[in-house]
Amino acid sequence: MLFRNVAELVELAENKGVKIAEIMIQQEIEVTGLTRDEIIAKMDRNLTVMEQAVERGLKGVTSVTGLTGGDAVLLQKYIQSGKALSGNILLDAVSKAVATNEVNAAMGIICATPTAGSAGVVPGTLFAVKEVLKPTRMEMIEFLFTSAAFGFVVANNASISGAAGGCQAEVGSASGMAAASIVEMAGGTPKQAAEAMAITLKNMLGLVCDPVAGLVEVPCVKRNAMGASNAMTAADMALAGITSRIPCDEVINAMFLIGQTMPSALRETAEGGLAATPTGRRLQEEIFGKKQ
Amino acid sequence: MKYRSAFDIIGPVMIGPSSSHTAGAARIGRVARTLFGKQPSKAEISLYGSFAKTYKGHGTDVAIVGGILDFDTFDERIPSALQLAEEAGIEVIFTVEDTVTDHPNTVRVKLTEGDRDIELVGISIGGGTIEITELNSFELKLSGEHPAILVVHNDQFGVISAVTNILSKHQINIGHMEVSRKEKGKMAIMVIEVDQKIGQDVMTELEGLPNITQIIRMVD
Repeated sequence: MLFRNVAELVELAENKGVKIAEIMIQQEIEVTGLTRDEIIAKMDRNLTVMEQAVERGLKGVTSVTGLTGGDAVLLQKYIQSGKALSGNILLDAVSKAVATNEVNAAMGIICATPTAGSAGVVPGTLFAVKEVLKPTRMEMIEFLFTSAAFGFVVANNASISGAAGGCQAEVGSASGMAAASIVEMAGGTPKQAAEAMAITLKNMLGLVCDPVAGLVEVPCVKRNAMGASNAMTAADMALAGITSRIPCDEVINAMFLIGQTMPSALRETAEGGLAATPTGRRLQEEIFGKKQ
Repeated sequence: MKYRSAFDIIGPVMIGPSSSHTAGAARIGRVARTLFGKQPSKAEISLYGSFAKTYKGHGTDVAIVGGILDFDTFDERIPSALQLAEEAGIEVIFTVEDTVTDHPNTVRVKLTEGDRDIELVGISIGGGTIEITELNSFELKLSGEHPAILVVHNDQFGVISAVTNILSKHQINIGHMEVSRKEKGKMAIMVIEVDQKIGQDVMTELEGLPNITQIIRMVD
């Protein structure tokens, strides 16, 4: 392994004068024994899956239960109306994140980033900033490797599982990964990418995993929306030169420890939080019938 | 390091809705199928923890059965796996367990065909990555940090040294190794963790040895 935490990752990229994406590619070559071309081609295929999922979601889908679907379309129409308050790029990211998760909820094909429940944030932000930054295909692939590098650190030092660490581990991780990638694509330094990750994750700490009826729909789709929004804002803050007082690795560790102390009812068991609200319970009964 | 590749994080490409409860579940089912070597006539599946609580919503049931039918995580037949299993003549029995397990996403899968059976315990640790923690009551302790193979063999003298000789010939160093058996002279297993990548040529050579039933890559 070339790096085990964010500090090492940033140091490596800085010393070698390369992007974080490049460090991840080098590590992948070392670990898998595949060639650079094979690794790039593999990520290119994942990128294509993401593109197709967003495209499908923007045409409008509905989940099997009917709980989710169609919101990506509503948001796109709203953006086109010219009345949007929070900025078209940000809302485009939100809409595309939602599109991906609506496809996921409809049991469509997606690429987990880092999980399926949080699959919207990374592609959502990527395809929104793409409209402004006009990246090459290779730069878009690099965006995903940068996300992979940060996700890799979180997965090995904390968790990317809602059942183990709550939603902070899923959408929280995804948002941090996306923020770091946006910064790098926009020309920020490796250190700024790490700052963006830290700022994002700090604002996702404690987020519980409380899916209504155990479905990856409510609140997952909207959590991806806010995750994308959080990532965009944190990326802009980092690019503006704002830093996190708590270093990224310490934020990741804090997330891990919070996950450890989170009660089981709030870790993907559909027993607490929104799942346990009167409406959450009612929806569960409507979908699966009363518990025996 | 439980996660070794960039594609553990950006990936897998999969049918929704959950990487741990759908894709991971499908992968555990498929490992069971691969270890069994053919389609079973009966599949007994016990779900624990979060798997037990939310399997319906996540499609964990169809995913595991899809895996047992040898479907990959992105196979669009996964949503209809239960029906396809029935059509294929596989009896599927689900049990929801209350027992608290070490990991919240735990499943026990038992596949049977005639007098042959295998039973394994798999955990889905997030993002579609899985670990097999138990096989036919043998506890597997894999760090996941190094390439590893599982060798199913007859409990006969010389089998272990034959396997390690081939690894040594290819300059593959063993970092950790476990040998166990259920009953003297019957089925035994070896789990071998190594420092170098095990190429297909080595796998083929190992498979050609006498008394070897099956060799499977546990970690690439």
